[in-house]
Amino acid sequence: MSLRGRVAVAGIGASDYFKHGGSTESEFAMVLRAVLGAADDAGVEVDDIDGFVAYSNDANTPLRLATALGTRELRLGALQYGGGGGGSAGHVAIAAAAIAGGLAECVVAYRGCRQGEVGRFGRGVGYGGAGGGPEISGYELGGAAMGPYGAFAAPHKYALRAQRMLDEHRIGQGTMRAVAMAAYHHAQSNPAAVMRGRTLSAQQYDDSRWIAEPYHLYDCCQESDAAAAILLVSAERARSLRQEPVYVLAAGQSGEYRSGAGAENTPTLATAGYSTLARRLYADAGVTVADVDTFQIYDNFTAGVVMGLVEMGVCGYDDADDVLTVENLVAPGGVAPLNTSGGNFAEAYILGMGHHLEAVRQLRGTSSNQVPGATVTAAMGGPMTSLTSGVLYGTEAVL
Amino acid sequence: MTVPDLWADALPQVFGRPVPLPSGLDRPFHDGLRAHRLVVQHCTCGAWQWPPEVICHRCRSFDPGWAETAPDGVLYTWARVWHPAREELRVAVPYVVAVVELPAAGGIRLVGNLLLDDVGAAEIRTGDAVRGVFADQDGYTLLQWRPRD
Repeated sequence: MSLRGRVAVAGIGASDYFKHGGSTESEFAMVLRAVLGAADDAGVEVDDIDGFVAYSNDANTPLRLATALGTRELRLGALQYGGGGGGSAGHVAIAAAAIAGGLAECVVAYRGCRQGEVGRFGRGVGYGGAGGGPEISGYELGGAAMGPYGAFAAPHKYALRAQRMLDEHRIGQGTMRAVAMAAYHHAQSNPAAVMRGRTLSAQQYDDSRWIAEPYHLYDCCQESDAAAAILLVSAERARSLRQEPVYVLAAGQSGEYRSGAGAENTPTLATAGYSTLARRLYADAGVTVADVDTFQIYDNFTAGVVMGLVEMGVCGYDDADDVLTVENLVAPGGVAPLNTSGGNFAEAYILGMGHHLEAVRQLRGTSSNQVPGATVTAAMGGPMTSLTSGVLYGTEAVL
Repeated sequence: MTVPDLWADALPQVFGRPVPLPSGLDRPFHDGLRAHRLVVQHCTCGAWQWPPEVICHRCRSFDPGWAETAPDGVLYTWARVWHPAREELRVAVPYVVAVVELPAAGGIRLVGNLLLDDVGAAEIRTGDAVRGVFADQDGYTLLQWRPRD
């Protein structure tokens, strides 16, 4: 039994998007605006929301949201375990399963991100304060096994994976560059994008400073103040609401064998973590990679997106340099239009929540970088981060 | 900011002194470093396991044992860090974070710094052989790496 066609996104909502430090409102207030926007978009009474799901240790808890909004009864409050962005689709999987199983009827999947208020990921472990006290232990970023060696922030950890990909799979830096350029390209026509008006050329990328080799500045995502939410209901109920339903075709989480082994001991380091997940999503959805019209892949760093596109089956590593070009990654005509809103890189860093809104817009036909006639879209959780997760969305036409 | 005396074999420390986990699970490793010995988890079933855990992931027996292994490894991957994500590291960039695989210990990996003479310009090659250097600091010891001649 799969989720295929049983649950749908009925509404999407978002706060305004700002660069890091740009919002005068609290993160919680921004999340509230996103939730209210999603309910309004769907034409659903806020009172009827009976579930909230999030990921990456979101501090805006379901109970606080339900209490603040005065909803009737909270029937589902859930979080996908794990920091980083791996869970940025897994919470939708939880919501869809809960609705299909009758635990809740109207569930909002959300994420707020106001960096500075809760801390800045770019500063690394203990990012809210000085760094954890006089002693450190453990095997994660900033722990005793990594921190003393200057490995404590996300670019450090994920540069190690990127370098392994370049060496193990003979990938060129230009393929990573294409991921960044596609995102900036798409942001130029998206009125909400933080990076609208700021283009990225190959020369700018090549000339930009190193953060941590092999990452240039533009291989790393921005930091933002933003919040976004989607509202899910049963397929049957969605058909009676204001918007054309966007159906969940498949959804899931994945942590591959020993992928939680710390200090870079996961058996396969150069992986997005999508290998088995993608096969399962395609099988559950009854589609193949050729049916996927756009790929909304959590862009923390360029290399993980390259791995993700390969593991989603867009190409192999042997032809990745030829296939994953800027031309092929941009809408409307590319082979694999990627992050068509600008993604984390250039729309706003909402830890991948914006990718779901863009997936819905593509399937409603309302994206600012619309792929004509799009019927299937993937929204994938953070690559190189376990647990990771993914959702395949589709229109009525593919059911 | 003055450059610390020990900078030759370790970065300025940002987060504090590395110590065993509160549970004591990895104390043999930390004690080993102080004695200039590399001691990692090695189960009676033959599995090498890193990081340590309370159970062996292969045979699922609790409290896997420990064994000494030579700090001879292969560079599995690396990153040359140029942006000091913390002010303390401004004097230390660029530095190289290395992931070193230990073929004689079941392919487990350790993270350290690759100590190079001309760190900004040196050519670094994944797959190169490296040898461990026990670098004594104030009250603790780090395991660093140098290219093997």
